[in-house]
Amino acid sequence: MSIIDWFAKKEKSTTSNERLNIPGDVWVKCTHCSEILFQKDLESNHKVCPKCSFHFRISPEERIRYTFDEHSFTEVDADLGPTDFLKFFDTESYSDRIRKAQSKSNRKDAVVSGTASISGIAINTAIMNFAYMGGSMGSVVGEKITRTIERSIEDLKPVIVFTASGGARMQEGIMSLMQMAKTSAALELLAEKRVPYISVLCDPTTGGTSASFAILGDLNIAEPGALISFAGPRVIEQTIRQKLPKGFQRAEFLLAHGMVDMVTDRRELKDVLTVVLSSLVIPRSPQ
Amino acid sequence: MKLLSFEKPLAELYDKIEQLRKLSSDGNIDLSGEIQKIEARAEQVRQEIYTNLTPSQIVQVARHPHRPDTGSLIRLIFDSFIELHGDRVFGDDPAIVGGIATLGEYRIVVMGHQKGHDTKENIYRNFGMPNPEGYRKALRLMQMADRFRMPIVTFIDTPGAYPGLEAEERGQAEAIARNLREMAGFTVPVVSFVIGEGGSGGALGIGVANRLYMLQNSVYSVISPEGCASILFRDAKKSDLAADAMKITAPEIQKLGISDGIIPEPLGGAHHDWKTVAQRIQETIVADLTHYKLVSEATIKSERYAKFRAMGRYTG
Repeated sequence: MSIIDWFAKKEKSTTSNERLNIPGDVWVKCTHCSEILFQKDLESNHKVCPKCSFHFRISPEERIRYTFDEHSFTEVDADLGPTDFLKFFDTESYSDRIRKAQSKSNRKDAVVSGTASISGIAINTAIMNFAYMGGSMGSVVGEKITRTIERSIEDLKPVIVFTASGGARMQEGIMSLMQMAKTSAALELLAEKRVPYISVLCDPTTGGTSASFAILGDLNIAEPGALISFAGPRVIEQTIRQKLPKGFQRAEFLLAHGMVDMVTDRRELKDVLTVVLSSLVIPRSPQ
Repeated sequence: MKLLSFEKPLAELYDKIEQLRKLSSDGNIDLSGEIQKIEARAEQVRQEIYTNLTPSQIVQVARHPHRPDTGSLIRLIFDSFIELHGDRVFGDDPAIVGGIATLGEYRIVVMGHQKGHDTKENIYRNFGMPNPEGYRKALRLMQMADRFRMPIVTFIDTPGAYPGLEAEERGQAEAIARNLREMAGFTVPVVSFVIGEGGSGGALGIGVANRLYMLQNSVYSVISPEGCASILFRDAKKSDLAADAMKITAPEIQKLGISDGIIPEPLGGAHHDWKTVAQRIQETIVADLTHYKLVSEATIKSERYAKFRAMGRYTG
């Protein structure tokens, strides 16, 4: 490539979309391929780019709509809320961060849990919300995930958890770390009951969340392109002082390294879950 | 021995004592009275410094290069020890040591993160930062302990699990997560000690215990103060503020109900007297194992579950 080409290329990439006035609620630009998409088309496509199959991050409400049988979801534990028991203050107080996240999301914390059905199969489920403080795991997230698992220990319905989390919530100090042990311990009791647990790892799933319940599924299913890691890419680059290979810590990389069972397109997820659930659940004669 | 930055007033006094000693031997003058006075003053200063340590100063003590390490403590505490190696999958991780030990009537499986005392040792031990095979070795040993009814003792002393490319490829997250789940199922007692740095998931990976103790100047945190400072405070140099905000010291961790007790250290830190520290840990181990001799397997497991189940603060 000559130096002229380089300039030509650079110029092209800087001009195109800058001056396009896109009304946010009608049109949306794919963050991956830059295609301009009609919002309604994108939504009817489960927020997967019709052109390049990029999976947009989605809210728990969208997840419920795309994955569960219509009107089958009933929320539980919605009133569990966080508390600033360490009086944590960094650039702002944890109390203020909570207030902002709550008013933005209309939710008390970073996970929505409840009961639902998939193609008629009843499940207990929890869905993490990355938009709420990076989906970070504090006491409430740990408690709601644990209660979801414990409900299944009681009623023997399979558990499906959708993860999207940057890891433990530092503002809750050591208590957030202990949620890793609490949730994982509950999964030990669930396994003893022979109840299936399916973890659907969405973008991103890192840190303490990945190193506890997210990776412990009987089946681990990852969404395409999802970042899934223990240590973040930046931390690793700083530690080993070299550039990381392309696609490092993405869902497909984890598949190649044996950490997830499959990488499944969101549009096919419900069908895949239906098949695996109907296989894994031990037939139990009605009481 | 290396003096920490906040021990500077002590360094000056020690220098003075040294000078006077030299003067008295060179010039044949009796300065013993003077020397004694300054020594007493130094002791007083040391006491003042060490009774008012800030969290970030405690972090420095917890990381002191001469702090007693897992391997040395094991040899001081137990009557016998045979080290066992390897995860049977990939390799043997020098950042975690473990094996079979005896203490009086007890057969024990013991393990812990292994740091070094100098650069060469630390490079070999990867500064006590395990790779996945370290956690898998630990799990193998713990499962053996559970099978053969041997109590488990673990020593926690790590900046964290190693954040490296190959560690990710081999499943660092899975290795830690699996330990958390499996440890919850053991029917033998697990007694853990944070002896230096309790760094995040890398520490917890061998720390799902029935009883957890912290040495007086050890710390236990969800992320290193430096890491927290650079993410939340947007300035890695504010690690003293982060250390304070996260409540990582032994008394704070106990107040939050995470640890069950504090092992007092000799004045000036554990690095001044390994034997005393080892003896205090030994007494705690014996007391706990004596207690658990009379506790049923089912209770050992359910008690541990209940302990972690109760961890969390929320409303509603």
